[in-house]
Amino acid sequence: MKPVLAVEDLTVTIGTRRGPAHAVAGVDWAVRPGETLALVGESGSGKSMSVLAATGLAPRTARVAGRVHLLGTELTGLGEDRRRQLRGRHIGFVFQDPMTSLNPVLTVGRQVTEAAEEHLGLTRRAARSRAVELLELVGIPSAGQRVDAYPHQFSGGMRQRVVIAMALACEPDLLIADEPTTALDVTTQAQIVELVADLQRRLGTAVVWITHDLGVVAGIADTVAVMYAGRILEQGPVDAVFATPSHPYTGALLAARPDPAAGGAELVTIAGAPPSPLDLPAGCAFWPRCPVRGDARCEHELPPLVPVSAGHQVRTFYPQPSDGERQ
Amino acid sequence: MSERQRADLGTAVPADGTAHGGVPKQREPGEVVAELDDLAVWFPTPAGLVRAVDGVSLRVRRGETLGLVGESGSGKSTTGLALLRLVDPTSGTVRVGGEDVTRWSRRRLRALRRRVAMVFQDPQASLDPRLTIGASIAEPLIVHRLTDGGAARRRRVGELLDMVGLRGELADRHPHELSGGQRQRVGIARALAGEPDLIVLDEPIASLDLSVQAQIMNLLRRLQRDLGLTYLFIAHDLAAVEHMSDRMAVMYLGRIVESGTPAQIWRDPAHPYTAALLSAVPVADPQVERERRRIILSGDIPSPVDPPGGCRFRTRCPQARPECAETDPVLAEVDPDHRAACLFAKEAVRAMRST
Repeated sequence: MKPVLAVEDLTVTIGTRRGPAHAVAGVDWAVRPGETLALVGESGSGKSMSVLAATGLAPRTARVAGRVHLLGTELTGLGEDRRRQLRGRHIGFVFQDPMTSLNPVLTVGRQVTEAAEEHLGLTRRAARSRAVELLELVGIPSAGQRVDAYPHQFSGGMRQRVVIAMALACEPDLLIADEPTTALDVTTQAQIVELVADLQRRLGTAVVWITHDLGVVAGIADTVAVMYAGRILEQGPVDAVFATPSHPYTGALLAARPDPAAGGAELVTIAGAPPSPLDLPAGCAFWPRCPVRGDARCEHELPPLVPVSAGHQVRTFYPQPSDGERQ
Repeated sequence: MSERQRADLGTAVPADGTAHGGVPKQREPGEVVAELDDLAVWFPTPAGLVRAVDGVSLRVRRGETLGLVGESGSGKSTTGLALLRLVDPTSGTVRVGGEDVTRWSRRRLRALRRRVAMVFQDPQASLDPRLTIGASIAEPLIVHRLTDGGAARRRRVGELLDMVGLRGELADRHPHELSGGQRQRVGIARALAGEPDLIVLDEPIASLDLSVQAQIMNLLRRLQRDLGLTYLFIAHDLAAVEHMSDRMAVMYLGRIVESGTPAQIWRDPAHPYTAALLSAVPVADPQVERERRRIILSGDIPSPVDPPGGCRFRTRCPQARPECAETDPVLAEVDPDHRAACLFAKEAVRAMRST
């Protein structure tokens, strides 16, 4: 199947007073219909910025290069109006804080279908009944009455449902979810994860889910890309990446979570901090913190993404476990 | 009811020592450092009285970590604040080091705040941006008159920085020059400055990246081992609380609904809310995630202005029965050292898990 959204060699450079910051230093990924791609990484890894840049939402100070295909159309050469039109029609967005997407002085019903009025030419009356339908779809009880309520009358979890309804209003081909459950309680998170999975099954929407939570990734993703210092260090099918994490960084991240089965043993930590985007090292960006350490080549030469199994790639000269241990 | 609602497991330590050939299996429970007895903290708001904490009893013993886990609105943070008298109890008592501090005046509270220190979630917000790191850490030393003169103070600040794994030269920096993890280490150094009897850790890792969370948890445990510290560890992250605690309590809507050892709570939860919470925690294993059946709670936590009568969890409990609306269940022992506030403790969890 053809990808819904594909990015190739995407870079994002942001001008700062101290020089150019390399927020995204060359990433490639694609997401197909009905599939969920999880972009995972710690703060500053470039996971959000790569998606914002791909969809034309990067800040004005950012210089974006590379190729982006949305349903086969190359986006990078298009004018802002056309790009905005395509984005509004085909992509829905859900962000961490629902209040960044909601206007506090408009009823949720108006907001849910605002985009549909513009992109699908719905009339006011049709829009209202569509809004009730969408609020029902995302599990808001007594949607017929709640459609006239304001955002402050909803709980955090219910607001996020409203934002999801808003994102789905134009029946998008792609849903971009940027840490959509990070601000929510764990029982509410479970509700939202279930909801998105269910909607995806019914509507066949492709999803790009940006998160720092490896547990959420394990539950939602078909494929996963682990980002660090603006690059993908490892990507592949979720089972392969979790069962045989091949980059030392992925392995360390998975080991850093407390495991109730481990009986309170000391947690594995990663020493130091990620490099500054103003000064990315020439070689492997993780090398200074790497528990494997490798050799001088790691320090001076950027390792390419190499396949370790079907669809599973890793950016290191020393994939883990080493070839000898891998059966 | 306060006796039965007690989250303290030390009050019911079994006669373990004699049962196994006279070799004591459990260490002697330490002295009680801090204690809440039937604490209520209500806040007046335009919408009515918010019952943030509504009948919580707990004891923290020297050298242990008591974990307090709950979702937003459970009252866990307010409970922590009450131990420092940073909120005023509506009823009930707060005892620290055996002294009833519930009605202490502002003057006397200064002494209390040396004995009970706090580490907050957001180290950025809890450090004064205009002060150097050294000055921030020195503040409690000055307030509580703990060092004699500038040279001794600087020495002590250096010692504290070293304890939390920071280089001495960071003393001259400002908070914005530090990473989130470094700032949280400064927050911990500040809490250590007064050599407190108890440190209340309120979501100390929630705003940090994963690899940094592990660093901070390891640091806290190492400090506890080396200095014999006592912690109240408050978090919404069940796995973190499980990892850090000797005993833990689960809060819901202003009450403790279950308490026990982390192993008891994790393997054999007795309260339906705990079971639902556990089933909602994502596990970093795609196979486990695919096969597990979640207990999805419907709706949201009810308003603490108007909590449901009877059992507070009944409006969301998949196993609620008519009796649950009539009786407000007390924390009762379900196993040695393991308590739950549910009329159908264990039974309801078994039923939830089999349907």
